[in-house]
Amino acid sequence: MKNFIKLFPIITLFFVGSFYLQASFEINTKETNSKGSKKSEIKEYINHHLKDSHSYSLTSYTDEQTGKKVYIEIPLPVILYDNGFHFFMSSSLKHGKKVVESDGNYYKLNYHDSKIYKTNKQGVFNFDENHHPTNYAPLDFSITKNIATIILVAILMFLLFRSLAKSFISNNGISKGIGRFFEPIILYIRDDIAIPNIGEKKYKDYMSFLLTVFFFIWFLNMLGLTPLGVNVTGNIAVTFSLALLTFLITNLTANKNYWGHIFWMPGVPMLIKIVLAPIELLGVFIKPFSLLIRLYANIQAGHIVLYSLIGLMFIFNNMIGSSLSFVLAFFISIIEILVALLQAYIFTMLSALYFGFAVAEEDH
Amino acid sequence: MEKLLSEFSIGLFFWQTVIFVCLIFLLKKYAWKPILDSVNEREEGIKNALLSAEKAKEEMASLQSDNEQTLKKARLERDGLLKEAREIKQKLIDDAKNEASAEAKKILIQAQETIKSEKNAAIVDLKNQVANLSVEIAEKVLKEKLSNDKSQMELVKELVKDVSLK
Repeated sequence: MKNFIKLFPIITLFFVGSFYLQASFEINTKETNSKGSKKSEIKEYINHHLKDSHSYSLTSYTDEQTGKKVYIEIPLPVILYDNGFHFFMSSSLKHGKKVVESDGNYYKLNYHDSKIYKTNKQGVFNFDENHHPTNYAPLDFSITKNIATIILVAILMFLLFRSLAKSFISNNGISKGIGRFFEPIILYIRDDIAIPNIGEKKYKDYMSFLLTVFFFIWFLNMLGLTPLGVNVTGNIAVTFSLALLTFLITNLTANKNYWGHIFWMPGVPMLIKIVLAPIELLGVFIKPFSLLIRLYANIQAGHIVLYSLIGLMFIFNNMIGSSLSFVLAFFISIIEILVALLQAYIFTMLSALYFGFAVAEEDH
Repeated sequence: MEKLLSEFSIGLFFWQTVIFVCLIFLLKKYAWKPILDSVNEREEGIKNALLSAEKAKEEMASLQSDNEQTLKKARLERDGLLKEAREIKQKLIDDAKNEASAEAKKILIQAQETIKSEKNAAIVDLKNQVANLSVEIAEKVLKEKLSNDKSQMELVKELVKDVSLK
């Protein structure tokens, strides 16, 4: 553990350094760029990084001879639903430079919003006044970068905790190896999150969700800080899905007492009861909504700040300014590591609190 | 808000929900349940071990006090036994002494009696022997004296002299 703490800043430094290198490939390619175009390029770079993408791109550079952008990436499968399913690999999209033909339909990627639209054979987009394509967008079930990362984390978690369970069973309840690190965290979630909020009697039913959601968010947050550059927990669809599960579990397992407190608050005068009912009902939806916005905003903001600071190095482009923003980026990424854990903790803690409301017994 | 909604990807939502729900159930079956069960088991084990240790300690204490009591009792018994033995010894010695002295006395008395009776018998014997001896001497003297007729006559005369007819 001591070694780990010593190594920790070095690893962080390494990560920030590789962010810098990655960004340097993609941004600092044209020497002749004026400051203004560099700024917009950085803005686009950040925007692009915050979004999901159809391929796992590691880095890209501009070939000096041909002047074309070359991507170093892992292609991922694209699955579209447009009167039947269409499959092809993302490499055939060529980052929006080519039209893909599948079963007589033509599809093209719009580089600006990273969405796939149905087009004609020539791949012509019709834009509205806000520069949004008006073409038909088929339902996109592609295994995107984010989904590939989610699958990766799911497999990682399964293998990790399966091996922990196995070592528990084969060692008579004593963990071994990396399990020594995770066991206290599991016990912390049980003893300091689940039991105090939900209660000794019912906490067992919610443990699987709380543990899974905690490690899932934590691992994805941490992965977002690696040079893989994924932004899964900073994506509204992911946090919406997580908060929706908390909402469903809360309301599907709620007892009479919980609904009683929402629609007919006991112990207050009649008039207030009527006033409180819609407010409380609204609260049922606001609580999980706050969960989804909090996680999304924190992670998104962290990524924006970190990437902006790295972008600043290219804006300054001199020893003092660039090294200053490098140091800043280094400390921000250390804070982000803390935020990664904190947001996972808060999501788990608040979920447990809501479950606790749902199963609280009448005791007053 | 509009930007948020336009960024919302149904595909990502769909896959995230499916994968996450599957992950919850898989982990529940293969990881969380065995982990939490074995942790619970371990905690129960520790609790039980502590309780039984406490119990053993109490038992030990009671055993020790028991032991002490037994020791005390044994010591008392030993003391009693020793005392009794000493008394018996004394008594035996006393008895022996008494018996011995009584026997000695008896033997002494017997001896004295024997001596007495022996003495008497010796006296009687002596008396008899003296009588016999004196008779024999007398006989011998008489025989001597009466060996001639003259002396015989003298004696007779003398005897007769003493004998007066009344």
